[in-house]
Amino acid sequence: MKILAANRLTDGVAVWLGEDDVWVEDISQARVVRDKEGEESLLRTGEVAFQRNEVVDAELVDVEVVDGAIRPLRLRERIRAAGPTIHPEIGKQALKRAVTLV
Amino acid sequence: MYRYDEFDHAFVKARVAQFRDQVERRLSGEITEAQFKPLRLMNGVYLQLHSYMLRIAIPYGTLAPRQMRMLAHIARTYDKGYGHFTTRQNLQFHWPALKDVPEILEHLASVEMHCIQTSGNCVRNITADHLAGAAADEVADPRPYAEILRQWSSLHPEFSFLPRKFKIAVTGAERDRAAIQIYDIGLHLKKDAAGRLGFAVYVGGGLGRTPILAKKIRDFLPEEDLLAYVTAILRVYNLYGRRDNKWKARIKILVHETGAEELRSQVEHEFAGIKKGGELKLPEADIRAIQAYFAPPALEPRPEGDAAVAKAAAEDPGFAAWISRNLHTHKNPDYACVTISLKGIGEVPGDISADQMEAVADIAERFAFSEIRVSHEQNLVLPHVARADLKQVYDRLVKIGLATANAGLVTDIIACPGLDYCALANARSIPVAQQIATRFADPVRQEEIGELKIKISGCINACGHHHVGHIGILGVEKKGSELYQVTLGGSGDENAALGEIIGRGFGPDEIVDAVETIIETYLSHRLDKSETFLAAYRRLGPAPFKEALYGSEAKAA
Repeated sequence: MKILAANRLTDGVAVWLGEDDVWVEDISQARVVRDKEGEESLLRTGEVAFQRNEVVDAELVDVEVVDGAIRPLRLRERIRAAGPTIHPEIGKQALKRAVTLV
Repeated sequence: MYRYDEFDHAFVKARVAQFRDQVERRLSGEITEAQFKPLRLMNGVYLQLHSYMLRIAIPYGTLAPRQMRMLAHIARTYDKGYGHFTTRQNLQFHWPALKDVPEILEHLASVEMHCIQTSGNCVRNITADHLAGAAADEVADPRPYAEILRQWSSLHPEFSFLPRKFKIAVTGAERDRAAIQIYDIGLHLKKDAAGRLGFAVYVGGGLGRTPILAKKIRDFLPEEDLLAYVTAILRVYNLYGRRDNKWKARIKILVHETGAEELRSQVEHEFAGIKKGGELKLPEADIRAIQAYFAPPALEPRPEGDAAVAKAAAEDPGFAAWISRNLHTHKNPDYACVTISLKGIGEVPGDISADQMEAVADIAERFAFSEIRVSHEQNLVLPHVARADLKQVYDRLVKIGLATANAGLVTDIIACPGLDYCALANARSIPVAQQIATRFADPVRQEEIGELKIKISGCINACGHHHVGHIGILGVEKKGSELYQVTLGGSGDENAALGEIIGRGFGPDEIVDAVETIIETYLSHRLDKSETFLAAYRRLGPAPFKEALYGSEAKAA
C-alpha cells in the first residue's frame, strides 16, 4: 500500500495527497492505493501539482493500515508525519492527529 | 570584531533583493524548481523533512549581542522560538517558510549577517578557534586571516562552481580547537624562527563516507602569500577534482588519488606562477587594517578576581563545579574564557531558545565586552570575562538554564539534527545524545570519567563528526530500523585520528548500554585518573573493549 508525500512549495510543510486530489497536512486523510494503477494515478496527480508549483519532492511512501490508521513503514516517514520525536509539542503531533511512532 | 564597510552593506543588500526576486518568481511559477534549487541553496535554504531549513553564516563563530538578539527575533517571529548551532559554527532555523525567507535575510543584513555560501559547491563559511584572540596558548588571532579569506571567497567568480563544497578552518594555537585536519584546507597560524607570522598548510581532510585526515603540504607559508597559495590549491582542485561522481568530488579524494607529494608540487607550481604576477600578495597595510577590527578589548586590571572566585566557590558548590569545568585560561590572568554549555542534561545539543539568546546577549554586553563565540562543539563561549565577574555571569546563566558544568565531559556531546529533522539522515542522533547524557547525569560520575568526547551522526555524511569522536556513533538504517555503529579512538585535535569500528552495531535500545560498557571498561583498565579515555584507548587498543561488548563473540572473531 502506498500514499503520495510531498512538501508544499510556499512553506515546505509536509503534505500528502488526499481524496479529490486535495493536498492534506494530516496523514490520516491521505489516499491509500493498493495497486500499480493506483500508484500511477498518485504520481500523475503529483506531477501535475509539481508543474503547477503547488508542491515539491513528491514521492510514494510505503504504508500499512493498522486498526484503520495509516502507518508509514519507514521511521523517516512516521517522523515526517508526526514531527520531531524530541519535541512532542512541535509539529503535526502537537495537533494530535498524527500517526503513532512506534 | 569586523564591521561591514560601505561595499559590504551594498553587496549584502543587493543579494537580498536578488533573492527576494528569485523567491517571488519561483512562487509565481516563473522559474522552475530545477532552476530555483541551486539559487536557494546558494542562499542557505534547504528543504528538510518537515519544512525548509535556513542556515545562517556566523563567520569564524564570532557573534555580537545585537546579532544574537536579531536571531532571537527571527526565531520568535518566523520560526518556532529556537535555533540550532552546528558543528560549522553556523546557526540553523528548522521551520521557516520560503515566502518569509527574503524578509528574514533583510533582518539579518541589518545586523551584518547573511546566508550566502552556507550551501552549494563553493567556499563555505570559514571557521576558526572559538577562543581566538583570548586563549593564553595562542600565537596570534586567526580571525583576521579568516576574514580576509571570507572577503576573498565571497562570490569568487573562479570558485563559485567547484566540483564540490569546500571548507577552510584556521587556528592560531598549537592546541587545535578548530579541528583543522578534517577540513579541505586547514591553516595553522604560527611563527617561524625569525618571528614572522605564517601558516602550516594542510589539505584534503574530510569526514563523510570516505574519512581522511588532511596532509600537511607546507610547513610555513608567509602570511602575505595566504591568498596566492589558497588560490593555487583551489585552482588545482577546480581543474583536476572529479565532477563525474558526487561521492568522489571532494579534494580529499583528489589528494588521495594524486598523492600528497604530487599534489603539493602541482600546488607549488601554480603558486609560483601566481606569485610571479604579484597581484595576490597581501599588502602589509591591508593585513594590519583587518587585524585592527579584531583588536582585543581594553582589559582593565581586575586583581580582585581570585579572591572573589575563591569566596564564591567556597559558598556555592555549583559555582565551584562550573568554574572547574567551563573556564579556559585567558591571556590576561585577571580574565577567563567561559564556555556556556548548550548541553544541559536531556536537552538537545546545540539548541537555544529565543529567550536564552537574548539573555546571553545581555550577559555578553554587560560582562564580556560584547563578544560571543560559537564553538564547533555546539557550545557558546564568552571569550573575555573578568574573573571578578564570574559569579555574576554564573548566576545569570543559572537563571536561564545554561550553567551546566560539563564542558569536555561525557555529557558534552556533539549531535547532528539527525532523522528528527534532516532529509538525508537514516537514524536519529539527538535522542541518543539525550539518553547518554541522562544515563551519565551524575556530576561526580562525569568528573570521575574525565575528558571524553562523544560525537553522533545520523548518517554517513558525518555532520556530527563521529569519525573523530573518542567514542563515535553513526546511525544507519538496517532492515527499516535504526542501528548504531560505534567507533573508538578518534580525535579532532592536533593529534587527530580516525576512530576504528569496534564491531557490529547496536539497536536503539542497546546503544546507551554499549556506551556505558565502553566507559566502564576504560575505568577498569586505566592506569590512573590522569590517563584519559583517549590515552587509554591508544595504549590498550580495541581488544578489551571488544571483549567487554561482545564477549565470546569477539574471541571467536
